[in-house]
Amino acid sequence: MNLSLLLLVPLLTSILILFVKTDSVKKLALGGAVAQLILSLGLLFSYWKESAMAEAGKFLFEYKAAWFPAFQINYHVGVDGISVAMILLTAFVVMAGILMSWKVERMQKEFFFLLTFLGAGAYGFFISLDLFLMFFFLEVAVIPKFLLIGIWGSGKKIYSANKLVLMLMAGSALVLIGLFGVYYHANSNTGGFDLTQIASNGIPIDIQMYFFPFLFVGFGIFTALFPFHTWVPDGHSSAPTAASMFLAGISMKLGGYGCLRVATYLMPEAAAHYSWIIVLLATIAVIYGAFATLMQTDLKYMNAYSSVSHCGFVLLGIGMLTPTAVTGAVLQMVSHGLMTALFFAAIGMLYERTHTREVAQLGGLLKVMPFISTVFVIAGLCSLGLPGLSGFVAEMTVFVGAWERVELFYRIATILACMSIVVTAVYILRATGKAIMGPITESKYNLLGDASWNERLAGVLLIAGILAMGLLPFWLKDLVGPGAIEIVQKLKA
Amino acid sequence: MPDTRVILILLFLPLLSFLINGLFGRKLPGSLGGLLATATLFVSFLLSLSAAYSYFFGSVGITGAYETLIPFQVTWLQFSESFSINMGILADPISMMMIVVVTFISLMVHVFSLGYMKGEERFATYYSFLSLFTFSMLGLVLSSNIFQTYIFWELVGVSSFLLIGYYYQKPSAVAASKKAFIVTRFADLGFLIGILILSYYGKSFDFVTLTERLVPAASTYSQAAAAAGFLGISALTWALVLIFVGGAGKSAMFPLHIWLPDAMEGPTPVSALIHAATMVVAGVYLVARLFPIFSLACPGALDVVAWTGIISALFAALIACTQTDIKRVLAYSTMSQIGYMMFALGVSGYGAEEGLGYMAAMFHLFTHAMFKALLFLGAGVIIHYVHSNDLKDMGGLRKALPITGATFLIACLAIAGIPPFSGFFSKEEILLSAYNSNYTIYIIALITAGLTAFYMFRLYFSIFWNKPQVSANEHKHEGTLSMLIPLLILAVFAAFSGFIPFSSFVTSDGIPFETHLHLEFSILPVLLSVSGIAIAWRYYKKPSTVPASVSQKTGSLYRTINKKFYIDEIYLFVTKKLVFQLIARPAAWFDKTIVDGMMNTAAAAAQVFSLSISGLQSGKLQHYAYYFIGGAIGLAILFIYSIA
Repeated sequence: MNLSLLLLVPLLTSILILFVKTDSVKKLALGGAVAQLILSLGLLFSYWKESAMAEAGKFLFEYKAAWFPAFQINYHVGVDGISVAMILLTAFVVMAGILMSWKVERMQKEFFFLLTFLGAGAYGFFISLDLFLMFFFLEVAVIPKFLLIGIWGSGKKIYSANKLVLMLMAGSALVLIGLFGVYYHANSNTGGFDLTQIASNGIPIDIQMYFFPFLFVGFGIFTALFPFHTWVPDGHSSAPTAASMFLAGISMKLGGYGCLRVATYLMPEAAAHYSWIIVLLATIAVIYGAFATLMQTDLKYMNAYSSVSHCGFVLLGIGMLTPTAVTGAVLQMVSHGLMTALFFAAIGMLYERTHTREVAQLGGLLKVMPFISTVFVIAGLCSLGLPGLSGFVAEMTVFVGAWERVELFYRIATILACMSIVVTAVYILRATGKAIMGPITESKYNLLGDASWNERLAGVLLIAGILAMGLLPFWLKDLVGPGAIEIVQKLKA
Repeated sequence: MPDTRVILILLFLPLLSFLINGLFGRKLPGSLGGLLATATLFVSFLLSLSAAYSYFFGSVGITGAYETLIPFQVTWLQFSESFSINMGILADPISMMMIVVVTFISLMVHVFSLGYMKGEERFATYYSFLSLFTFSMLGLVLSSNIFQTYIFWELVGVSSFLLIGYYYQKPSAVAASKKAFIVTRFADLGFLIGILILSYYGKSFDFVTLTERLVPAASTYSQAAAAAGFLGISALTWALVLIFVGGAGKSAMFPLHIWLPDAMEGPTPVSALIHAATMVVAGVYLVARLFPIFSLACPGALDVVAWTGIISALFAALIACTQTDIKRVLAYSTMSQIGYMMFALGVSGYGAEEGLGYMAAMFHLFTHAMFKALLFLGAGVIIHYVHSNDLKDMGGLRKALPITGATFLIACLAIAGIPPFSGFFSKEEILLSAYNSNYTIYIIALITAGLTAFYMFRLYFSIFWNKPQVSANEHKHEGTLSMLIPLLILAVFAAFSGFIPFSSFVTSDGIPFETHLHLEFSILPVLLSVSGIAIAWRYYKKPSTVPASVSQKTGSLYRTINKKFYIDEIYLFVTKKLVFQLIARPAAWFDKTIVDGMMNTAAAAAQVFSLSISGLQSGKLQHYAYYFIGGAIGLAILFIYSIA
């Protein structure tokens, strides 16, 4: 399978959007999203077929062409199971996000262009095997967010857009320093920016010790690494629904993927050396994020803080450095992506009808909007780790993997992280009990309608993803596992 | 050997009914959804009977013991080579007994609800939740892997949450459903950590493998588990006690019981099924499932079980004497009876007659399911009739509700342990095993038995005798046929199921043994029960001022018991005052002020800095000339000094 198609389809769609008539923009964007979904499912099947014959944990469908030969920068793409999982996630979230934007009226063309373009950046990032190329796509995925929040956002949108982009740019700057550190060293080994080449050459320990923190923290900012997570609540809550979904469902995953694929994979010894710091920060994020969520009264703030807590599991899994825990981290990325996108979709639907996101003002919506309420409850149950939905699978894999670390420090961190399942249940049920259940608080709510076809389709799509992972986790585990083992094995060797 | 397909079908039929009712229920006409669910469950029940029959009458091997069979198992999630969550079916005496109990009680509740819930707006939703619960409960009891148990454990928890909150527009129902979920979730945290510890030393999640590895004291696994420890307690004890915390949460053992009385906000048939007969005994079942490990490898953890059980039994019985809500009295009585089962397991040994307590706990679980489901369904009829839960609105109902009155009396006699009703037999075995093992526990258990008889007959007399009949009700009938038939069927079992020779089927090691009635031993408990009934008869058969004056004279003691020992208030203090005010609020504040403040300060500092140096780019030529000349002079000085 030609991976460049994954990049070309959204890119061409986004360019075409600029040239068609305004009333066909939505259809074109949706068509592009369907094509991406089909492509990524096709990728999954052909990956299954090919990987059965290939060596476990190797990159497949590689393609390499010179880009800037002078600096040894290549257009080098390829995927392993982890990237395939992330691509699938992206395709699901893109499609759901576009469906949820059906009613955007203001500057429609620009809106759908930016959404599709952002998607292209994400696909490009996940297929890159060249560090420079990867960095390039990372930036492609950041800039549109500034405009999406700044133009179509709500509340203190300018502040939020500035904050988000500045903090993510600071993360990018750290990543860039880290990349140059790696490049500078690897260049003398003729590795250039090539990920596979650098990985097989290895990086001397002292270089690793210097540059691992840059790369890990840089990417970590994208995935809400404590204490650099404060862009998340403001950014999410000011963004329009689809942008929130993209932000939580895709952008935050760029960071987790980068931490894993670049920082940990290339510098395993440094990762092991700093692992206790990662685990410490991740545990703080998990438990502190959960407690901070308890005090939120705005649904979007609630879900954003809960994202900080849930993304903590991603970093916790990576920091534990056992194959199971790293697998769990990837599963958590997929699960959190689907679940948060669903949650933001549900919140967006509620907000569009009731014009409030304050839990205290909502009440008894199950009666008037059974479908939206069910979506909300399913997202909530997934968030609190109900078996049968994806969150359970991911969290349990992280816990079981983390438990393999026998030192007391890691044991305590795991137990503390486990405690978050109780706190999560508290804030999810408080919000559900007030907004969805209970008596209807305002009589005008009685007149509100349930979800429209596009919203239903978006909800069903994401729930299907959540169920496919939650009920039958083995296929995803088998897809991701070899890649995770490959990353951790470098440490042992 | 039961047919694997039969067990799989009986397990998945309720799931099918859940999907049909959940997805298309609103479109089904009338009560078709409920009838469909009832029909599928009836098939499930028949299949459970056939599976249990072929297990109990066809599987005693050469050793003369009931074997533990795993007729079906698939890998659901493989963590690493040795660790995987397997989904399987484990057939042994307790699982086979439980599928019969679960499907039977669930069937009775399904039939009863056809009448009781008729005309409800969300009728199909109700049945879809009932089916989801039945599926999850069957999955739980059939689990072959402790993680599988945990998965279904959570699923019964969520079904219970959905059903307690069925009347979702009622704030008290919403609060109760949240409370039930969160309290049991808290307990499940213990369960989860316990699983992690246990499996770390047993290197597996499968029950059979865990038992094989951790029971023999000489095995490397159990030696590692015994050697490791934390705070002076061995890792194995930690693991089992933490798992028991999960069980205590689900089974509403002190001090994790606070959700159960509130859970009575759910529809009454739901209370009968989930909060009396099946889900709340899951904790007992869990201890029984791990009993070889508890008993042979870690008696210390079993003591915890015993004491938790007996304290809960007495504690709940005391509270039950003072409550006036019919369903709350029954809820506390459930807690008390589960306490009985728990301490029976706790005092039990392993193997043959030594394992009498184990057998008695399972026996009591069985008989209790029958008479307690009957009591709750009877309460459903009564509440349906008088439209109130409160005892003060009831009285003299024996004429208006003859069938309910008679069946309720049978159930009360059974729970009070009066021969020859079922509770007598199971309770006697429990008392005997306590007598053989721990005298203190035996004495407390006797006191509880007397209290039980008293509060149950206080309930019975207050409802059916006491005042003359409350004003004639617009309801002419006691209830529909679908409500009364389950009462009659359950009454038969509540009366006679004590004659089942339980020890020939369910024993700790699978080897059947004979139990005998010890008449001289039974005299004392029966006498206590009879005197409990007599006191209730004396003061509650007719209106009397004595109970009120007694409660007044005992003053603060009575108030403390009536207020349930203020346990709820303690919890509220800990959660609202301590957790919210001292952890959550500071965390949110810290995040908003300190962490975010740091970011904003950094941004502001950058802004101030850039503003201050932006003056350098003034665009005025003379300024640039100053900088140029100043720079040139500075450089020149630097050069001169460095050369010198």
